[in-house]
Amino acid sequence: MKILKIFIIMLFLLSFSNLKSNEKSDELKNKILKNVRCLICQGQSVFDSESEFASSIKLIVERKIDEGLQEETIYRFLREKYGDWIIYDPEFTKNTYILWLLPLLLFLIGGAIIYKNSKKNEK
Amino acid sequence: MKNKFSLLGIIIFLSFCFAVFFKGLNSSNIYSPKVSEKENIPLFEAKDFNSTAYLNSKKIFEEDIFYILNIWASWCAPCRAEHSLLMRLSENQSIKLVGLNYKDNLDNAKKFINELGNPYSQIIVDKDGTLSVEFGAYGVPETFLINKDKKIIRKFIGPINNEIVEEIKLIIK
Amino acid sequence: MLANQIGYYSLVLGLIFSFLICAVSIKDFNTSSKQINQNILSLSFTQLVLIIISFLGLILSFVNSDFSNETVFNNSHTTKPLFYKISGTWGNHEGSLLLWLLVLTLFIFIFLISSREQPKKYRILTLLFQQIIIIGFFLFVLMTSNPFNYLFPIPMEGLGLNPILQDPALAIHPPILYLGYVGTSIIFSSSLAAVTQNYVSKEWGQHIKKWILVSWIFLTIGIMLGSIWAYYELGWGGFWFWDPVENVSLMPWLTLTALLHCILVLEKKTALTSWVVILSITTFTLSMCGTFLVRSGILNSVHTFANDPARGIFILIFLFSLIALSLGIFFFFHKENNKNSNNFFWLSRETSILINNWFMMYFLSVILIGTVYPIFLDVISSEKISVGPPFYHKLIAPFLIPFLLFMSLGPRLKWIKSKIENKNSLILTFVISVMLTFFIIKNLTTDLLFYTVLISTAFFLFFTTLKELFVKRFNNFSQIVAHFGFSLLMLSILFNSILSSEIITNMKVGEKYSYNKGEIFFKKIEERKKSNFNSIIAHFEIKKENGKSIELKPEIRIYNQPNIITSEADIKTTLLEDKFLVMNLVKGNEYFNIRYQVKPFMIWIWISVLLLSLGGLMSLFKRKI
Repeated sequence: MKILKIFIIMLFLLSFSNLKSNEKSDELKNKILKNVRCLICQGQSVFDSESEFASSIKLIVERKIDEGLQEETIYRFLREKYGDWIIYDPEFTKNTYILWLLPLLLFLIGGAIIYKNSKKNEK
Repeated sequence: MKNKFSLLGIIIFLSFCFAVFFKGLNSSNIYSPKVSEKENIPLFEAKDFNSTAYLNSKKIFEEDIFYILNIWASWCAPCRAEHSLLMRLSENQSIKLVGLNYKDNLDNAKKFINELGNPYSQIIVDKDGTLSVEFGAYGVPETFLINKDKKIIRKFIGPINNEIVEEIKLIIK
Repeated sequence: MLANQIGYYSLVLGLIFSFLICAVSIKDFNTSSKQINQNILSLSFTQLVLIIISFLGLILSFVNSDFSNETVFNNSHTTKPLFYKISGTWGNHEGSLLLWLLVLTLFIFIFLISSREQPKKYRILTLLFQQIIIIGFFLFVLMTSNPFNYLFPIPMEGLGLNPILQDPALAIHPPILYLGYVGTSIIFSSSLAAVTQNYVSKEWGQHIKKWILVSWIFLTIGIMLGSIWAYYELGWGGFWFWDPVENVSLMPWLTLTALLHCILVLEKKTALTSWVVILSITTFTLSMCGTFLVRSGILNSVHTFANDPARGIFILIFLFSLIALSLGIFFFFHKENNKNSNNFFWLSRETSILINNWFMMYFLSVILIGTVYPIFLDVISSEKISVGPPFYHKLIAPFLIPFLLFMSLGPRLKWIKSKIENKNSLILTFVISVMLTFFIIKNLTTDLLFYTVLISTAFFLFFTTLKELFVKRFNNFSQIVAHFGFSLLMLSILFNSILSSEIITNMKVGEKYSYNKGEIFFKKIEERKKSNFNSIIAHFEIKKENGKSIELKPEIRIYNQPNIITSEADIKTTLLEDKFLVMNLVKGNEYFNIRYQVKPFMIWIWISVLLLSLGGLMSLFKRKI
């Protein structure tokens, strides 16, 4: 019974594995564009926006990818021109150590508190 | 006592947060780019407005003088509004204006200049907007003040007004 | 005109009533009777009625396009359809504050009439703490955000409501969200009252549980409505952007969910009392904090209301006063009252719930830190950074793996401890989940290991809860439904994210665009005039390789007031997938920019959130055995 259920679900879901379009060349470009903020829009990425600014940035990113530049280099270029604010992914720099590490630290502290409390009550 | 310590710690932490938020409220919210570190103007090649020639940035900004780079377009309404102020600035001997025609139709742009006057000693064309990105521009109109060391010392986003003209005049004296 | 006067004076009167209620309640506090003075109930009811009158006054002004009212002038227009004139009432800063007051007064009144068997002093204190919040909001409204400001000379026409906000989902999103969001005020007030009365016990837990459930259900659905609006209206095909305003609604939801799990312990025995109180305070504090972040102008986002630092300062001081008050009361009055605390052993229900809370607090800290860190950095070092989706995904996704595992195993601890067959069946389910996942996604993604593990744990939760649904155990049915809903939510989101595809291209009328699965045909364009906009409707035919075709009609709207152009996506929804087509103008061209997206399982995201709420609803109406 269970095997049958699983089989049906599998067939169902497998029909979708063909939906994905395989344009690897665009993958990098789209990945970068989704990570760049459209500075004249309200909360849109350059990928999502059709504004003038966004289309200029899209061209620049395309050209730089064609020149063979790495993802990081392109981000650095944009940051130089526009400041850190333009990139959605905050890099792990001295400005952002606390940003990335504090939640993890809190997680560990939380775990320690639970551990201590259960040990304390386990008589 | 452990409780008193944690209470004190929390009070200190919360006071800190309050202070940060309070200060944060009072500072400006609109993100404008820092021009504290003077950046060099980018190196580029751009098409001339009046001919088919390509001009090198070194040549465009070659004189030992202050320059203004003004990004404009015929389809941009605020550009019309600021144009008369640019004409006024161009009369000043210590400064030259370079126009960057942004994502424009050449005929419309030429009409714009013929109608409103030409304050620019040189006009270059940025058909796809990529040259403006080299300057870190957001769009149009935008104006950059460049000093004799070929560094950008001021960025003005949006149309310039009388205050900005006065500020520029003070700097270029 | 008259509606404005009535509306304004009702507010002033309402504020006076707050002081009246406080005075009568304080006087009643030490009397010997077991029930509170009936006058208190009447006064609370009258205060509620006053707010309703005020609210209706504002609605009337909007409906009549009475532009002598500054709020109506700023946010409405004579050509707005009636439905949106009405919903425009609460779509702006001042009107939404009236909504705050409405929910605050409504909930305390319902609390009073539904808690008659609760200790009198506890009830009075809850009322008093709630009145502190109510007075704060009255002052905020009357001093900085009056919805009834008078404009003279009276303008002929209003400045219009943003057309993006003219949408049915957005019309009901604020009221429902506020019922949840603002409803946490009762939990705040009553937990402070309980602390002062040393009443944080099993009995109190049973009493407060329904309030937690009610808030939680409304908050869940409210957040879902906001997501649905973003998906259908904003035209980018996304439903969650980690935008500060979205984060701000999610944070109280996380603590409220944690609190809900804790109350399951507290209603059975007096344990975890300190933590429950802390969570109660934190939940409402986060609601207030969210109000601060969104309305003060300190953050910018798509949704923020008008920026006004004066308002920001008021809320900031109000917020921190409430925090100071609740901290003071907690530290001064709270006594560790845990009975049976030595029943805490590793494989116990309490531990599972603590682990749930542990993860919830972690997710909360990620979102909270991500949202406010840019503010701190900017103030301290004048550096401006963005914290966007990549941050949240990187920190949350890996932790979902253990979280989902614990969620599957936690409710089944009795199984783990007991028979061997049960343990084996769990292991078997897990192995099947992994194999199934691997088989499905192996050609679909480059991050194979990570996604396999993550989706397997989601499937594991899915299958373990599904099995229990069929066994029809009415014992913990609401919990199983809710957890099943959550597993479905995770699966829908993950598969949607992996399987979605998009085509972006420029086309003009008559053109055909071929891609590997089919063809897009731009058939024609229609132009229409509506009451407050001109519309361009395009007809597209999407032909798939199996011969089937569908028609999609995206629209571009050109509004006259304010002067905005919006793109309305056309979305065809089926159980399997959504087909999403949106069109944008390209400057100076006969070309249009087309984005065609295929998004599998979109509707299951909404369905699973509804299932999640259904679980909560079932718990609310469960009859005590």
